[in-house]
Formats: sequence, structure tokens, C-alpha cells
Amino acid sequence: MEYLIQQLINGLTLGSIYGLIAIGYTMVYGIIGMINFAHGDVFMVGSFIALAVFLILTTVFGFTFLPIVLLLVLVVSMIFTSAWGWTVERLAYRPLRGSFRLAPLITAIGMSIVLQNFVQITQGARVKPLPPQISGGVQLMEGSTVTGAISVQLSYMQMIIIGLTFVLMVGFSLLIAKTPLGRAQRSCEQDQKMAALLGVNVDRTISLTFVMGAALAAVAGMMFLLLYGVVDFYIGFLAGVKAFTAAVLGGIGSLPGAMLGGLLIGLIETFWSGYFSVEYKDVAAFSILAIVLIFMPSGLLGKPEVEKV
Amino acid sequence: MTSTDNQPANLNRPEGAQVKREERLAAPNRPTGRPGSSAHPLAAALKDSVIAALLVAVLGFFFFAIRTEIAPGGLDVTTRWMLWIVSILVVFFGRLLIQVFILDEQSRGLKIAVSAALVAALTAIFVINSSPGDRIGSVIFGVLIGLAAVGLVAAFAHFRGNEKAASSIAVPGLGKWLGRALFVFALVLPFFFTYFFPARDRQFIDLAILIMTYIMLGWGLNIVVGLAGLLDLGYVAFYAVGAYSFALLSTHYEFIGFWVALPLAGILAAFWGVILGFPVLRLRGDYLAIVTLAFGEIIRVVLLNWYQFTGGPDGISGIPKPTLFGLEFKRGEGGFADFFGMDYDSIQRFIFLYYIIFVLAILTNIITMRLRKMPIGRAWEALREDEIACRSLGINTTNTKLTAFATGAMFGGFAGSFFATRQGFISPESFTFLESAIILAIVVLGGLGSQIGVVIASVAMIGGIELLRNLDFLQAVFGTGFDPTQYRMLIFGLAMVLIMVWKPRGLVSSREPSAVYKEKKTIGADMVAQGEGH
Repeated sequence: MEYLIQQLINGLTLGSIYGLIAIGYTMVYGIIGMINFAHGDVFMVGSFIALAVFLILTTVFGFTFLPIVLLLVLVVSMIFTSAWGWTVERLAYRPLRGSFRLAPLITAIGMSIVLQNFVQITQGARVKPLPPQISGGVQLMEGSTVTGAISVQLSYMQMIIIGLTFVLMVGFSLLIAKTPLGRAQRSCEQDQKMAALLGVNVDRTISLTFVMGAALAAVAGMMFLLLYGVVDFYIGFLAGVKAFTAAVLGGIGSLPGAMLGGLLIGLIETFWSGYFSVEYKDVAAFSILAIVLIFMPSGLLGKPEVEKV
Repeated sequence: MTSTDNQPANLNRPEGAQVKREERLAAPNRPTGRPGSSAHPLAAALKDSVIAALLVAVLGFFFFAIRTEIAPGGLDVTTRWMLWIVSILVVFFGRLLIQVFILDEQSRGLKIAVSAALVAALTAIFVINSSPGDRIGSVIFGVLIGLAAVGLVAAFAHFRGNEKAASSIAVPGLGKWLGRALFVFALVLPFFFTYFFPARDRQFIDLAILIMTYIMLGWGLNIVVGLAGLLDLGYVAFYAVGAYSFALLSTHYEFIGFWVALPLAGILAAFWGVILGFPVLRLRGDYLAIVTLAFGEIIRVVLLNWYQFTGGPDGISGIPKPTLFGLEFKRGEGGFADFFGMDYDSIQRFIFLYYIIFVLAILTNIITMRLRKMPIGRAWEALREDEIACRSLGINTTNTKLTAFATGAMFGGFAGSFFATRQGFISPESFTFLESAIILAIVVLGGLGSQIGVVIASVAMIGGIELLRNLDFLQAVFGTGFDPTQYRMLIFGLAMVLIMVWKPRGLVSSREPSAVYKEKKTIGADMVAQGEGH
């Protein structure tokens, strides 16, 4: 029982990270109907920027008060990663708008290769370890099993991740639902041509969608860095595919769906590694992707798609 | 919730409407000289370049200027301000050159002024970086590099102008003759290299084998992506199935050699093609792509973790070499050289391997070309163009998709077992997603559905990457620690993006219809909305 609850907490933490990345996929898919394959690598870029900012603040400027440092890291890495997201859209996707459907998918794959290798060359291929910064936690319950005592821990790190994800989710839902930008996004999602005729700057709205996705990916990147303490140039691929799975599972195009899907994928992955085998946890995630797409292409919260001639 | 805007609308437009549509959509992005604006002609170009440079300053700050190093007792930060500044300047002047020469063509005087500024700036960078001893050398060097950059851009602008004028004159049958010439060259290639480059023939033939393997894989994938319009991101799975089935069969059963295992590997791969193809039949373009990617990764992870069966990350070694009717390519009694009374030379085995893959690749091509003329091939192409129309005309789309998947997979399996026998060792490392992306890039950049395009793209991409290994002179420019090979995937990715943006229809963007009514005429591939695959 204790083991189960511990796995549940771990799964929710991992799921929050996946959910934040998945929002980037789902927003882009909703608005221009393409899979932004490079989004996972934007997440990776975000965690590298977070690492650099953190090191500069602590070693060069000598800040020691952790909450301020983390807040600064969060803000700076969101801004700089957004610039990357914007550039990717501007270079690889905007020139191909209106081209045939597979063209942007192929430049997206190219962009993903470019980002991975750019980071590998400029920052080195070795895994960068960061010692745990936030230690400690709350002990929720204690019990004993045949192998020994077992306790359920909710660490402060996990609290921060789940809390921050919740705050960001609420914020972004409000942004989409209430602000003029959100209205422009929803209108572009429905009909770009009509939105343009009514005075919505479609290109700008799409760019801002990429920027928002990249900012959330930066938050996820920072959380990943603090939670696992290691980054390398290759983390984007797996995280990206899993987050995409989450977006599809929740129903692509739907914001709460992406979050729900992220949490589910995180839970499934954690329980799979906890109860079956760690080696095949990626197979579990990939199989879910295939099964969902085949039997339930519109996902849990998505609207079914109508095929028109 | 998809953008229904840019898919089915094209289907009932008249010919060429797609082109017009693309032109219209591209129009707002084209910089236009604002009539009536009294600003200096250079002002807009300068502003644009400054913005580009600022963007690079922001993007590059945490990657060029800052580097996190693993130091004893944790991580450390090192700075590289020079690299950061140089990257900003390079982008600034590069953008300015492109603006002045290509996008927003300016007068000759301006061009010369911008070029002079560029050369001066480059020289200054080199002079600051050099030691006092070789000031003169660095001045000469800066001037030369600057002039080379200007020349490159100017030549491109010139070529572009010419291309616009010449594009209307198509040389009939050029593709056919190019194909024949390439075929003849490929036929005599090993002897060409052993005769003209005896010192490096082994290296060249090895490269030719590699390129040939990718051509074969490209042709195999072309059936699925180019003809049937189903985007497959997990093609490497079938390559892996072919390689592993040959490796496992030959290491478990003594009597199974390459020639027995080859058809078996093809059949097994085709079988897997059907198994993996069956569930994904209902999916549309990009969903299909992601599911095939997932399947490819599942197969790789299973190969990696099923230690008892596949050897896990250690892979399988000791895979037998192919024989020529039982003759082994070995030294001494009973070998190939001994049987024909020649002197033994290790190059003979390479030439033999080359001809195996050559024949396999040509077979792939011939079978594909024949299939295209048969009902099944026509059904594939019809499926690519419009699935709904296909269904209403009574074509069984399930069977059509499955045969495309199986045929493509079979050729992937053949290529896989050739790969296993050539390497003598395989491990899951060789079958990553990157490999799928490379094969797909070859097919797409060559022009979907174009056979000769695949050849050109493989030679350019694989050969071009290998060329990087030999660019030793770059070490003289960028210092001795400079290793051009670590840039190969970066350049590969950039090429994928740039070629796609420049020519979304691929390098060879024309294709001939296989089904002909009265007379044959080439349709520019840009006339057809292809690869919808929904």
C-alpha cells in the first residue's frame, strides 16, 4: 500500500513534466495541424539554459538564497527558450505554410537533428550532473513490508513541481479563455483565412503559440534538471515522444487533455517500472501511443475528426 | 480540431492551382521595395541584419558565450566571448550580403561597399586573434576568406537569376540519359577506382558500398512514401529485422549462409511489414508517421533488452561473409583467388560486396518500375493522390496499403541482411531513429516518387558527409583541435531544413505518370498535392 502511494506521487511528478511539454505539442497541433517534432529538443535546450543560468548565479555572482535563484532561473530560461521556439518556427515552419502536409514535418525532424547536434557541439556530449539542490520532504506514512520498513515521502522538490504545474495550468487556461491573444488563437484554430479577414494577425498568433509552448517547455526543462540532476543533449527525443503520446492520449488540441494525458503517461510509466520491468518502460509508453492512435484517435477529451472531401 | 484549411481543398482544383496558391501564400514574406519611401536603400537591409544579429546574440548567449564544464567537485562555467562575438558578426554580415545581393537587389556601388565592409571586418577579427608575429598572414587570410564569402553569395545570386530564365527550357529525356550514364558508371565503378586511385581504392569502394546501401534503402522506402504516400518514420525497423534474422539464423545454424538467408530475411521483414502495417491502416498522414516511429523504437528497445535472444547491447558478432557459389574470399587453398589462379588481394572481397549490393539495388529499382506499371502500382499512386476517390472507385485500400508496406519492408530486409554480412557485427546501435530520418531525408530531398532523385540525394548526402572526413585543411583555419566530422549531423540537419524550405518538392521535382491515356507528358510534381496520405 505504501509502495503504491509512493509510486503514485512519483508518477504525478513525472506526469507534470510530461504534461507541460505536451501542452506545447497540443497548442501547435491545434492551431496549424502539424506535429512540432522539434519541441522535445526545445525542452532540452530549456534545461541546458536553466543549468547555465543556475551555475552563473551561484558560482559567478555567488547568490545563495535558493528561492530567489530558482525564480531567476525560471524567468531567464523561459525568456531565452522562447526565443529559440520563435526562431524554430520562423526558420523551419513559416516558409512552408501552405505547402503540402508532410513538408513541415520533415523540416521539424531536420530542426530536431540540428538542435541536438548544436547543443552537443557547443556544450559537449557528456552528461552534466547537478547535485540535488532541494533536499528533504515530508513523511506521509510509514509501514513495513517483508523486506523492511518503507515510508512514503513527498519531497519538497515534488511539491514544487506539482504546485508550479498546477499554477501554470490555471494561468494558461485563463490566458486562452479570457485574453485577446487567447481569442485570436482560438479563432486561428478554427479558420485561419476567416481570422485573417477579421483582422487577426495570423502569423503573429502562430509565432506566439510557439513562444508559449517553448516557455512551458523551459519550465519543464528546469524541473527535469532539478528532479533528476542530469542533462545531456539527447533527453529531448524520449521526453518529446512521451509528451506527444500524452497529448494524443488526452485528445490533441485540448489543453486540459494534454495535462490529463501527461499525468496518465507519468503514472503508467512509473507503475510499469515499479511493478514490471524498468527496461521495457519505454515500450509501454510507445505501445500506449500506438494503441490510442489506432483505437481512439481523438483521445480522451478531444473532439472526433470529420473527414471531408 | 485540425486545420482543414490546407488539405482537401486542393483536390478539386485545376492543374497548377496548387502552385499559384503556394505563390500567393509566399507573397507576404517577400520583401518588397516600398515605393515612395525616401529612406536610404540600405536602411531596410541594415535594420534586418541588425535584428538577425541581435537574435543570434540572444540565442547564442548560453551556448556560444557560456559553456558548462564538468570540473572536479561539480560543474564549472567557462566563457568564450570571442566565439559569441564572431558568431554575431558572421550572421550580421551574412544576412546583409544576402539582403543586398539576393533578396532586395541593390546597386553595384552598394554591393561593393557592403563587400568591402565585410572583408575589412573579417580581417580585423583575424588580426585581433593572431599573435603579433603573423599579422601579415592573418591580413591576407582575412581578405581571402572575405572575398570567398562574397564570391559565393554573388555566384549564387547570379545562378539564381539564370535559373529563373532557363527553367522554362526543359531538356527532354535528360533524366533518362543521366540515369543511363550513372548506371554505366556504377557498373564499372570498382575497376575505375582500382585503376585510377590504386592507393585509396579500398576506401572509395567502401564508400560506394555505403552509398549503394542507402540508395537501395531509399528506393525501398520510396515505395511506401513516394508511391503510396504513407509516411513511415520507422523504416529502420525492417532494416533491423533483416539484419537480425540473417545474423541469428547464420549463428545458430551452420549451414545457412548469406544466399539462403537473404530471401528468408526479405520474407521475414515483409511479414513484419504486414504485422506492423495492419493496425495503422486507418491512420492519417502524420499520425501514421508517429505510430511507425513508435513501432521502430519498440523493436529497437526489444532488441536491446532481450539479452538471451539478441545479445542485447553486445550485439551479434561473427556473422559469415558471403561466398561466390561456395568460394570464400580468403587467402590460400580453396579461396576465390586460388580457384581462378589470381593473386590474393583483400580488395577482391570489397568488389564482390559492391556488386552484391549493386545487383540488389538495381533489382529493387527494376521491380519498383515494373510494379508501377501494374495495377497494384497504379493503385499505390492513386492512393497517394486521393484516398477517398480510390475507395469510391472500388480499390481495396487495405490491400493496397499492406502490399506497399510489405514490399518496402522486404527491400529493407534485403538491405539489412547485406548490412549484417558486410559489417560482420550488428548491434541495436545501428538501428536508431536517426537512421530512419536519414533514409527519409534521402527520399524526400530527392523528390518523393523520383527514382533518380534518390540516387542524387544519397550521393550528395552520404558522400558529402564522408567528404567532411577529408577536409584536413580546415584544421589550419580553425586550429588543430578542429574536427570536421563532429559537424556532420549538424550539417545534415541544416541541409534537410534548407533544401526543404528552398525546394519543398525535392531536388528532382518532376515525375512521370505511370498510367498513360494517350500520350505521355511530364507533370511537374508541384502540380499535384502529394503525400497527403490520409
